Amino acid sequence: MAAIYSLYIINKSGGLIYYKDYGSAGRMDTNDTLRVASLWHSMHAISQQLSPVSGCSGIELLQADTFDLHCFQSLTGTKFFAVCEPGTQQIESLLKYIYELYTDYVLKNPFYEIEMPIRCELFDINLTQSVQKDRVALLGQ
Amino acid sequence: MQFFGGSEISPSPPAPTASGNNGHMLYVFNRNGICLLYREWNRPLHTLNAQQDHKLMFGLLFSLKSLTAKMDPTSAEKGNLGVPQLPGQGCSFHSFRTNTYKLSFMETPSGIKIILVTHPRTGDLRESLKYIYNLYVEYVVKNPLYTPGSPIRSELFNTTLDQYVRGIA
Repeated sequence: MAAIYSLYIINKSGGLIYYKDYGSAGRMDTNDTLRVASLWHSMHAISQQLSPVSGCSGIELLQADTFDLHCFQSLTGTKFFAVCEPGTQQIESLLKYIYELYTDYVLKNPFYEIEMPIRCELFDINLTQSVQKDRVALLGQ
Repeated sequence: MQFFGGSEISPSPPAPTASGNNGHMLYVFNRNGICLLYREWNRPLHTLNAQQDHKLMFGLLFSLKSLTAKMDPTSAEKGNLGVPQLPGQGCSFHSFRTNTYKLSFMETPSGIKIILVTHPRTGDLRESLKYIYNLYVEYVVKNPLYTPGSPIRSELFNTTLDQYVRGIA
C-alpha cells in the first residue's frame, strides 16, 4: 500500500527540526537522523551547482530501488522531505499541506523559537490526522 | 539486473522522437573516480571548471548512494553512514529530478558508473543506460588498444553514442 515511511523537516541551515517515522524496518537513532538530514541538505545544494541550465532549485524527487524521496523547499529555505514507497502519488500536495500546518501550528505559536526543534502538540496531532487521512484515501482508491 | 546473455546491440534502439535535443550531458566514471568520458550536447551553464565538475559529480553520487543505503526503509540492517558501499550492496538510487534537469544513474557490478543528464520530464531511462553500457562494452572494452582506467578516445563510440542519445525520448 502506497504510504509514507518517514517525514523530515530541516531548517535553512540544514539542521533537523522534526522527524517522524511511520513504519520503516529498523529504527534509526537520533544521531543518524541528524546526519542523514544534514547530508541531504548538502546534496540538495550541490545538485544546484551541477545544473546544466540556470535557475535550479534543488532535488525534488529521488528515486531509489526500494523507496522514493520527495522534497519540498519553501521560499525561506525550510525543507520538507518524505521517504515513501516507489510510485506513490500526490506526496507533493501532502508536503505542501504539511507546510501549511507548519505555518499555522508552529510559526504562529508564540513560544516556538524559530529554527529550533519543533515541540508543538497541535502540529503533531494535525500532522498525524492528515497522514492517516491520506492513507485512508489511498486505500479507498 | 541483467547485463549478460540478454541484449545485443542489434535490437533497434527506441525510435527517434521529435526533439533531438533532450540530452544535456553524459559522464562515465570507473570505480576509482576517474572520469572515463564526458560528453556535452547542451549545457548553457558551466558553474565550475571541468576537473572540479567531475569531482563534484562523483562526490555527489558517492554520498547519495551512502544516503540511500542508510535511509532504506525496507532493510533492518543498516551500515554506518559514510562507509563505502560495494557496487550492488545496499539500496542504490537510479534517478533524481530537479526543476531544471533529471539525472539518471546506473552502476555496473564492475563499478562503472554511467550518468545521463536530461530534460526534467524524461521518463525512466534505465533501459537506455543499459544500452549505453552495452555500447561501452562493444566499442571500448573489446577494443584491444584501450587500457582500462584511461579516458575513452574512440570516435566510433562517440558517434554511435551521440546518435543514440539524440533518439532518446
